[in-house]
Amino acid sequence: MKQYKHLIKPYIIWAAALIVVPLIMIVLYAFTEEGNSVLTFSFTLENFAKFAESTYVNVIVKSFRLGIFTTVLCLLLGYPLAFIISRCSEKSQAFLILLVTIPEWINMLLRTYAWMNLLSDNGIINNLLEMLGMKPVSMMYTDFSVIVGLVCNFMPFMIIPIYTSLSKMDKSLIEAAYDLGANRFQTFRKVIWKLSIPGVLNGIMMVFLLSVSTFVIPKLLGGGQYMLIGNLIETQFISVGDWNFGSAISMILAVIIILFMRLMKKMDTQEE
Amino acid sequence: MKNKLIELKDLTKNFDDQQVLRGINLDIYENEFLTLLGPSGCGKTTTLRIIAGFEEPSSGEVLFNGIEISKLPPYKREINTVFQKYALFPHLNVEDNIAFGLNLKKVDKSVIAQKVGRMLKMVGLEGFEKRDVTLLSGGQQQRVAIARALVNEPKVLLLDEPLGALDAKIRKNMQSELKKIQREVGITFIYVTHDQEEALSMSDTVVVMNNGEIQQIGSPTDIYNEPENRFVAGFIGESNIIEGHMLQDFLVEWDGFRFECVDKGFPENEEIEVVLRPEDLDIVSPDKAQITGKVISVTFKGVHYEILVETEYRTYMVHTTDYAEVGRKVGLSLGPEDIHVMWKMGAY
Repeated sequence: MKQYKHLIKPYIIWAAALIVVPLIMIVLYAFTEEGNSVLTFSFTLENFAKFAESTYVNVIVKSFRLGIFTTVLCLLLGYPLAFIISRCSEKSQAFLILLVTIPEWINMLLRTYAWMNLLSDNGIINNLLEMLGMKPVSMMYTDFSVIVGLVCNFMPFMIIPIYTSLSKMDKSLIEAAYDLGANRFQTFRKVIWKLSIPGVLNGIMMVFLLSVSTFVIPKLLGGGQYMLIGNLIETQFISVGDWNFGSAISMILAVIIILFMRLMKKMDTQEE
Repeated sequence: MKNKLIELKDLTKNFDDQQVLRGINLDIYENEFLTLLGPSGCGKTTTLRIIAGFEEPSSGEVLFNGIEISKLPPYKREINTVFQKYALFPHLNVEDNIAFGLNLKKVDKSVIAQKVGRMLKMVGLEGFEKRDVTLLSGGQQQRVAIARALVNEPKVLLLDEPLGALDAKIRKNMQSELKKIQREVGITFIYVTHDQEEALSMSDTVVVMNNGEIQQIGSPTDIYNEPENRFVAGFIGESNIIEGHMLQDFLVEWDGFRFECVDKGFPENEEIEVVLRPEDLDIVSPDKAQITGKVISVTFKGVHYEILVETEYRTYMVHTTDYAEVGRKVGLSLGPEDIHVMWKMGAY
């Protein structure tokens, strides 16, 4: 084994160049003033102070609210689906899981454009409504359209871990619960749900992280006015050109996410 | 015996187009240790699952204390199960696993603690209350599973090959312990196994099953000494099975030899099969026996030798502590009580 150890070196270099260096750059940018040259830095906390403005705080609050809402919705819709799939015959399980993952084979951008086609003012849904003699509904560029896009895009990340934990559960545990006097509801609450919690936590973590940092979906389905923290960072880098402020926001987001993940880990280990 | 507790009446079960049970009729009594014995796929586990309520019979009735229960869900039956792979809840410790049923019934906490303690003492796991069940050995998990079932004070305990996953030595210990526990709690045990030795040593009643049908119901000695057909004789212990005729009561004939026997009640000249247990045959000198032949193989088996004796008509298997070298001419002696006459398969 030992002689293969140095084979890892290229990967360390690769990881350092593409992950660690950019991270250091972000930290450096976040704590320095605009217009530094390579050798002279002037450190400052101004970028973070700038964030304390209510407009920006509102953006982060909105992002988290939307992230939490999307996650809860994915959980409420995804858990029953994962549960039903895990109760199907083995053959149909494989097929249904394939159906769940198929959308992920198509680029996220395309999927989101497809939703735009469906939801827009003269899109498919409104055309159908018109054919049925009903008034068209304006759905694009609202919380609704953004949440639809987020939920649809991130649902598989909730379903798959929950399904995995449910399907690998020993079926005789469920029979044992019935046998010991638990009815269907008690069996679910005291055994099935409890044993699926690791999957649920994984799903929550994935969907929350994805939806809180997303910027493509709110941009396309929410329009230019729809500002989430991901969009805020994007505009700082791409249109405003204030890399220092953009880096500071990225760091704030990263810290909050790390705290959140620690919290989830703690819940996970407590369950066990 | 005492009161009938469970009656199975004409039970059948089909999975898709496969018939797993073909008309099971069985009475199970109070305080009985009953074993369903048979090869895998014989329907013994399905029968158990129907009694537990995990499967519904395709037709037939399950009576519990005279009341039909085949549509009743498992959680409404006064029956508990010990599962093959124990099925302990991995997210609960030993104490909470055992208390699972009592907690559902909202039993008082102090009563639960007391009962759990008593159960742990009975299965020999005192002081294990707070242990993680996933870290216990197979034998210990099995004990927890038994305690978890018995703490609910069921009328019947079902055991689905509970010793299957244990190694030989622990198995032996658990066998005698299970028997002891059964006497102690005084309830009916229905035990499923494919291990004939386990069945014979533990049970009051053995039910031999094959192909979805009951082959024989009887005490272990009856099953061993008076197998009703070729399948039972072959499945329980080793045997020489010989086709012959019942000339009249107490007189049987095969290969042209006539032997006195202890069986009666067969029609005259009925074609029957005779079971000769290898340990009932004795090797004697050729002039002292009707059956004579030549030793063709000798295998040392520890306690005894397994000797194959070839005669003009067939080969007999003999278990004996006497040695006889290959090639020697020998006689085989047997008494009337060594001959077990049974109906030919499919004759009834």
